[in-house]
Amino acid sequence: MSTRTAGLVAALTITTSVIAACGAAPTTAGGGSGSGDSKAASATSAQDFGGMDKLVEAAKKEGRLNTIALPPDWANYGEVIKAFEAKYGIKITNDNPDGSSQDEINAVKTLKGQDRAPDVLDLGSAFALSGAQEGLFAPYKVQSWDKIPDGQKDASGAWYYDYGGYISIGCDAKRVKTCPQTFADLLKPEYKGMVALNGDPTKAGAAFAGVYAASLASQGSFDDIQPGIDFFKKLKENGNFNPVEATPATVEKGETPITLDWDYLQASYAKEFASKGVDWKIAIPSDGQYANFYAQAINKWAPHPAAARLWQEFLYSAEGQNLWLKGYARPVLLPSMQEDGSADAAMVDQLPKVEGTPSFPTPDQVNKAKEVLASGWGAAVSG
Amino acid sequence: MHDSRTRSKSRWAAAPLLVFAVIVFGVPMLVLLGGTFTKEGTLSTANLTESLQGAYLTALLGSVKISALVAVLGGVLGTFLAQAVVTSRFRALREAVLTASGVLANFGGVPLAFAWIATLGNSGVVTTTLGLGQHGWSLYNFWGLTLVYLYFSIPLQVLTVVPALDGLRPQWREAAQNNGASTWQFWRYVGIPVLTPALLGGVVLLFGGAFSAYATAQAMVGSTVPLVTLKIADALTGNVLIGHENVALALSLDMIVVAGLVMAVYLPLQRRSARWLR
Repeated sequence: MSTRTAGLVAALTITTSVIAACGAAPTTAGGGSGSGDSKAASATSAQDFGGMDKLVEAAKKEGRLNTIALPPDWANYGEVIKAFEAKYGIKITNDNPDGSSQDEINAVKTLKGQDRAPDVLDLGSAFALSGAQEGLFAPYKVQSWDKIPDGQKDASGAWYYDYGGYISIGCDAKRVKTCPQTFADLLKPEYKGMVALNGDPTKAGAAFAGVYAASLASQGSFDDIQPGIDFFKKLKENGNFNPVEATPATVEKGETPITLDWDYLQASYAKEFASKGVDWKIAIPSDGQYANFYAQAINKWAPHPAAARLWQEFLYSAEGQNLWLKGYARPVLLPSMQEDGSADAAMVDQLPKVEGTPSFPTPDQVNKAKEVLASGWGAAVSG
Repeated sequence: MHDSRTRSKSRWAAAPLLVFAVIVFGVPMLVLLGGTFTKEGTLSTANLTESLQGAYLTALLGSVKISALVAVLGGVLGTFLAQAVVTSRFRALREAVLTASGVLANFGGVPLAFAWIATLGNSGVVTTTLGLGQHGWSLYNFWGLTLVYLYFSIPLQVLTVVPALDGLRPQWREAAQNNGASTWQFWRYVGIPVLTPALLGGVVLLFGGAFSAYATAQAMVGSTVPLVTLKIADALTGNVLIGHENVALALSLDMIVVAGLVMAVYLPLQRRSARWLR
């Protein structure tokens, strides 16, 4: 009997110490950048370092930057990373390139206090809002802060929109006789089994946006996503819905000849596949225009706080913004850069054309739409 | 005396395994239970309730439906295939089928989905060559997924029942025949009762395999077949839903309960039929 008790006690002791080890954050700040650490971690602008030069110096001393969930073929992030590394001699470790916003938030929480925690985040706007409410971000205002329009940034600097785009209809002109231009077109019988989203809208942001756009095209509104779900139900019933999740690979292979996705992703597919004989055409549907931005934020417990802040300064400089533009994304400073002439005009001309100015749903509207979608989507397309 | 000393020794021998089990299964279970019954920091059953409603319930039932279908179909087809191989006079055939089963039973995940998509997906080789698309063929639905699951389930069933079929001694059949039993009577009163534990074990294994499969379904059908594993992933790692992590834990708990129910049916039946093998 006594041996059994001893075994149990031993097991419990180990168990609890494992739990304790998981839960407690080491008290020493990671990063090994020495005395400047606490100052950098609380800096809310370049002035707090004593100017840009001092910020660059502090960041170079740290020498590393951890990013997360930045796919190289997404909004030209591959080149952005290379340009930053070359310019400042700071080595970037990009974890989990195809990760989601939730993965990023999870990493912030679970890697707190560790050297490999992400320094900076590129989040879906709803995750930026909820993360800021939870106090996960370090407020920081980049030098071009005043040029970011109000309503596209958190007043305290916890997050700010970085780049965005429109939901667009991509189409393989070699396989599809007439490319659809509007959501109404997608219901035509000639597109049987062709119309794909870029994922499950209860999971993938761009697919969610696709359903929202479909709602706007079918007498829905920001308050009412149901017509969008009904649209896809109709699409499913008449056999046009293609359940394959669109990726560059499925586009190239012709598995998803018609794809709803962000215009900047589709535009880069078009460029990439031109050499492989795929004629990828992009249209922003006039009946359902939906635009959205992603948001930048700094991890409050960033192991490389100065490098994290320098990364933001780089992204919001004309150089960083033009690199996104080169990836066909619409950077948040584009309007002001077109005014002062710092936007790359050739790149602006390459963007898919849009009429009118975009409007955005409020966070409350988005959250409500998500709940409606989560409960209704499965039933609409299953079978 | 002697007896009790060996028993206490063997108890010590099992200690490392117990410690391992407590850590590897106990800790996640505690986290799972803790998360399931917490909503916004307070004790609550709201997550569990939500996990048994609407789309989540549909997904849970969908998973049970496809797993049960795969288990029964795979169990029956696998058993007939195994019987054919065991009674075959060609040694090479037996070896070939068993080797192939060993490989195919472990063929799953994204590579499996890819193989099917490349062959019978909507721009797959066979689909385009034969123009199956015009005739309404689609791999990306419930029946397509069932077909793909059977691809690794049937070999698994073959592997589980072949040893049992080998154990059916020819003398038993001869004895039955000498006493005037027909083939049907032999199987009804001797063969099947003896095989029941192996058959049931195989079916439970197939159920578990299909119930917990994730990557294949994720790569192949996305959200068009409601499955509980896909819902858990949506809630845990998605780009859209916020604050559903604990519902995902509740769904995992639901899965454990379903698996427990299946085992609860299997164990007494297995014990009952195991008497024959003594």
